[in-house]
Amino acid sequence: MTAILHVEGLGKRFGGFVALDSIELEVQDGERLGLIGPNGSGKSTLVNCICGTLQNETGSVRFAGQALDGLSAHERTRRGLARSFQLPRPFGSLSLMDNLRIPILYTVNARGGARAIGNEAIVARCRDLLGEVGLVAKADRLPRDLTQIEMRKLELARAMAAEPKLLIADEVMAGLSHNEVDEIIALLIRLNDQGVTVIMIEHIMRAVMEVSQRLAVLVAGRKIADGAPKDVVRDPEVVKAYLGE
Amino acid sequence: MRGVPFILCLIAAAAVIFACGRWIDNSYAFFAAYVVVQYIVLGTAWNILGGYTGYVNFGVTAFFAIGAYSTVVLYKLVPALPLPVMVLVGGVMAGLVGLGTGYLTLRLRGVFFSIATLALAVVVQTLITNWDFVGGARGAYVLRPRVAPLIGGEYVQYLFLVMLGLCVIVLATARAIERSALGYGFTAIRDDEAAAEASGVPTLKLKLIATTLSGGFMGMAGAPLPYYVTYLDPASGFSLNYAVNAIAMPLIGGMNSWVGPIVGAVLVGGLQEYLRVTISSAVNVLVVGVLLVVFVIAAPQGIVGLFQRKK
Repeated sequence: MTAILHVEGLGKRFGGFVALDSIELEVQDGERLGLIGPNGSGKSTLVNCICGTLQNETGSVRFAGQALDGLSAHERTRRGLARSFQLPRPFGSLSLMDNLRIPILYTVNARGGARAIGNEAIVARCRDLLGEVGLVAKADRLPRDLTQIEMRKLELARAMAAEPKLLIADEVMAGLSHNEVDEIIALLIRLNDQGVTVIMIEHIMRAVMEVSQRLAVLVAGRKIADGAPKDVVRDPEVVKAYLGE
Repeated sequence: MRGVPFILCLIAAAAVIFACGRWIDNSYAFFAAYVVVQYIVLGTAWNILGGYTGYVNFGVTAFFAIGAYSTVVLYKLVPALPLPVMVLVGGVMAGLVGLGTGYLTLRLRGVFFSIATLALAVVVQTLITNWDFVGGARGAYVLRPRVAPLIGGEYVQYLFLVMLGLCVIVLATARAIERSALGYGFTAIRDDEAAAEASGVPTLKLKLIATTLSGGFMGMAGAPLPYYVTYLDPASGFSLNYAVNAIAMPLIGGMNSWVGPIVGAVLVGGLQEYLRVTISSAVNVLVVGVLLVVFVIAAPQGIVGLFQRKK
């Protein structure tokens, strides 16, 4: 396997506060990586730096063999790097169908060439995606009619509509019930089977252990562990970070 | 092209309206209709940025007056220039200012953007007031030809025809935007800019397109004004009424569709014109205020929103 994402010496400060301190992270093509850490440890900041919502001050991010430094978020999405937001951010005035239409218009079609698709194909594609997350019955409804879990599914479907190579799922399971967590786990694994590399940020350890093939731990802006999930959760430093001494 | 039948319908409607005007043959009818059509153009232009993209522009008068004063400049330099060319020049000037404004201010969100556009209106008014070539604070006279070119008859008929043509162009553009990827991108920006960016929408570029188009069309709406009023001074060119109406009409008519500004402009503009001649010329401003309050409370989606299916 080759590395699809390569983060090297990445650092980010907010004023005097060091949010991320020279993070090194490699993700292999087709891998499922879990990223955990206590609240405020810099997980979301790392995602924002990888996706271009924030610009890192030091270090670099390479994706699929290309340096992403200085590129804006939409350019990174077009290159195949999709994310979901921690709090769902649907396009409130658009139907679910049109929510998915936007990334198709602006990524798949914007990449141009033979892959660009016409209106009918877009509608079909949106239906497929909504079917995959079980929302096809609500295709013409507005996001405000959705329940929490449906909102998370829409968030994932919209990220998938961009046909990404790498999907970063930022706490898609927070606040969901036991069964709902299982549904999302199954969905993430299914996406991964289709060839999408997945980085999952999560607090629910059951889900993390089930999905992750590898686990990385951030604490106070530093990566303190990276390896097989079973070893990482027994690592004394990780235990100390979560439970204290 | 999908939009061609629609454009043909618009042209036909405009032709019928103009033919009716010729048949009535009353110069007041042309003066009144000009104002209503001007507000359709102005409201639709504002709606491209304010309604579709969600950036509220309070600086309407800046763009409108740039169009008007570019005509004054052209009238002084090359008076023989045909009016449509002046309209085009006014639009380009205002569009460029729109592009520049967008570049400087679009990192501001929400109310901060709106305040910046308000400041722009003040800056432009100050510059024009102190520019002697276009009359400064004294104002400038523009002599209207006695007879309309091409069509004959009174010159105001020609002014109306030009504004009607402009209206067709602006409405066709607005509708085309709504049905294109551009329109979906604008909506995404309005709903959630960060999510739009994460979905691959180049938000800065799209916002610049919106400010340029919106500003350009406002400038075009203002370009024939000097010929309409024949005497233009900063106080009338930068009148707050233009800004209030351009914002109120899409709000009252409905901001999500190209139909909204038409409904709003015909209703409010028509009512204002009616009250101006029946009651007093001051009461028409009051009407906008009252209607605005009523609609913001009772029908926030505007009149068009009342007829769209309940989602």
